[in-house]
Amino acid sequence: MDGLLLNAVIYLAAAVIAVPIAKRLGLGSVLGYLIAGAIVGPWVLKLITDVEAILHFSEFGVVLLLFVIGLELNPRRLWQMRWPILGLGGGQVVGCTLALTALGYLLGWPWQVALAAGLGLSLSSTAIALQPLTERNLLGTPGGRSAFSILLFQDIAVIPMLALLPLLAFAPVNDAQSEGWIGAAKAVAAIAIIIFGGRYLTRPLFRIIAETGLREIFTATALLIVMGIALMMQLAGLSMALGAFLAGVLLAESEYRHELESDIEPFKGLLLGLFFTAVGMSVDFGLLVSKPGTVIGLVVALLALKGTVLFIIARVARMPMSQTALFTFLLAQGGEFAFVLFGAAAGVGIMSQETEALLTVVVALSMATAPLLVVINDKLVEPRFVQIDDRPHDTPEDEGNPVIVAGFGRFGQIVVRLLYANRIGVTVLDHDPEIIDTLRQFDFKVFYGDATRLDLLEAAGAAKAKVLVVAVDTQEASLALVDLAKQHFPNLKIVARARDLPHAMELMNREVPVIERETFRSALAVGEQTLRALGQTAYAARQKTLTFKQHNEELLLQLHAHWDDEIGTRITLQRQARARLQQNLEADEKAQENARGLGWD
Amino acid sequence: MGVQVTDKPKILVLFAHPYPHLSRVNRAMVDAVADLPHITFHDLYETYPDFHIDVKREQALLLSHDVVVMQHPFYWYSCPSLLKEWMDAVLEYGWAYGTGGDALQGKELVQAISTGGPDEAYRNDGYNGITMAELLRPFERSAALCGMTYGTPLLLQGVRMKKQLEVEAHAQIYRSWLEAYPHPRNCVGCDAPDVPEQDR
Repeated sequence: MDGLLLNAVIYLAAAVIAVPIAKRLGLGSVLGYLIAGAIVGPWVLKLITDVEAILHFSEFGVVLLLFVIGLELNPRRLWQMRWPILGLGGGQVVGCTLALTALGYLLGWPWQVALAAGLGLSLSSTAIALQPLTERNLLGTPGGRSAFSILLFQDIAVIPMLALLPLLAFAPVNDAQSEGWIGAAKAVAAIAIIIFGGRYLTRPLFRIIAETGLREIFTATALLIVMGIALMMQLAGLSMALGAFLAGVLLAESEYRHELESDIEPFKGLLLGLFFTAVGMSVDFGLLVSKPGTVIGLVVALLALKGTVLFIIARVARMPMSQTALFTFLLAQGGEFAFVLFGAAAGVGIMSQETEALLTVVVALSMATAPLLVVINDKLVEPRFVQIDDRPHDTPEDEGNPVIVAGFGRFGQIVVRLLYANRIGVTVLDHDPEIIDTLRQFDFKVFYGDATRLDLLEAAGAAKAKVLVVAVDTQEASLALVDLAKQHFPNLKIVARARDLPHAMELMNREVPVIERETFRSALAVGEQTLRALGQTAYAARQKTLTFKQHNEELLLQLHAHWDDEIGTRITLQRQARARLQQNLEADEKAQENARGLGWD
Repeated sequence: MGVQVTDKPKILVLFAHPYPHLSRVNRAMVDAVADLPHITFHDLYETYPDFHIDVKREQALLLSHDVVVMQHPFYWYSCPSLLKEWMDAVLEYGWAYGTGGDALQGKELVQAISTGGPDEAYRNDGYNGITMAELLRPFERSAALCGMTYGTPLLLQGVRMKKQLEVEAHAQIYRSWLEAYPHPRNCVGCDAPDVPEQDR
């Protein structure tokens, strides 16, 4: 018990210290965990030594991750993805395996060893690749979808790979064949159980549990199902993650989807963090010190070979250049399944212990490089690629337009159309080439470029313009642009779109004179129409809506004054405000009723 | 019979009341005339709650009717603000008055008004010290500027004191009053001088 508690404290402390620092340095959370693991691991502080057990335990984070991803993909969408999965995934696994096997053979390894290594190294890390994709909301983009397809295919491909290994062994293992048949039968049975259970048993089960109203039991049930499936898959010799994914897909259409997602989420996050930490710990720095050339050479060769294959696949799949880079960098590393595969290969005697240790270090190190590569991609490669890809940033001609609109998505477009309709000169900046081409056909003058760049703003005439409309999509870009404009063009009046409340607060911190919350007015309109649909007169509904709006805007100011206070204070404030609004509306109603006696008849 | 129906003037009722759900008199009046075949009932506060008036649409409505009835409560000795906004926006220079502004020539404007104060108050010796006819002069002059005749208004005064029966009776009077159109010319503004051509 003491040991467990001590270990937990060490992990949590390492994560709490290292991750925020890494994040602040722009390295991303994954790298933070990896560094934390390396530091507490057996090679630096030696606080934790039983890496194997931790790694094994924390693999559960990957299982939960795939369960959550499965929840977001229903069977129909999965079926729609069958060709990308087979095509891209198949291409990647076959291509990488061939290239890596050839490399191993050239290094003088027997072909069986080379093939086993090639198979293992062709796999990428689902957890490491998906984390940045979900963090940046890129799963919906072509690059993100392709990466996901490949990862999914790899998870499935692990199964035949594990089945293939014993056949590669120099001396046939006893009963290999019957074992294979039994294994196949077990696998089919396990998957059948998951599909049947997911379809017919889980929903009634969740309904019964939900009716008890015990939230923690619901969470326990969710965890039980995922863990149970993982256990079953492991017994059947299949990928736990794949089983969890299947279960997730089957539950994606159930009414409990969102609840499951939010219940599993914290476990997933913590366990994934633990997993990354464990990977950091498992890097055998001893081997790195004794054979630095070999290890680093192999890591570089692995990344280069896989990267090349991925790059070719991306080109063949006609992925945009800007996404190709991220796609290549994310999938070029080795993955956690490689550890499993190498372990199995060593188990059946294909690989020597030394080779296994060497390859494990290579994979672990390559996994550690993935977040670094993502940072490099963000800072150096992608900006350049975006230019090669589409076009150089336009140099907007300074036409002396009084208004600059940054961001020409569905929001900025309406602003610009209103201004155009009133013959007001507008210089529009956007960084989405597709949007720009479409809109140029409609005779809108739109310039391609990143509005947060000073030179572009200058070229757009920011020094002479009167108003800057900040309608860019992300809060980050919006605030960067506001800061830039305030610093360099203090005379420019800023009119800003706020995505949400925190964004509005940030804009208020910067004393932006006009802040419009993007959904506020349309939501008010829907509320007003609802009042009318309930039979209230149009004018009364309008007045009530405007009263509410005025009140809400006052509340926004109060909230802003207390924004940095504790959440509790803010909640109290909001509660008081709600009570006050109620009183105001009631008083208003009374005033109208009084008016009846005074003359409105 | 059919010929007679087509001979009936077409009446546009411009109803202006910000709180019809709190009203007794005006709601009863509306209910009483809603089913009349030759009237178009037009609720201004329901149509333009944000005071943005579709001028073209309103002008088209005016063109397709012969009589314009402004039905409203009397408030601050005038009409509710949206009706004033309607006049400001719809009765445009060059359309309703001014050079070439003859679209409404020969049509009739008339008001159906409820007042809180009793009729005795609207006398020279009453507490208001001024008559309804005098208070309604801006409407009468507006009609004249548009080349419209200004009909005798239909009044219900001292509405707070009225019993439910009286209110219902008034609503029926309103109905027959509208049904009786065209009214004989014995109106307030009929003997008022026409606006000279150069001043329109």
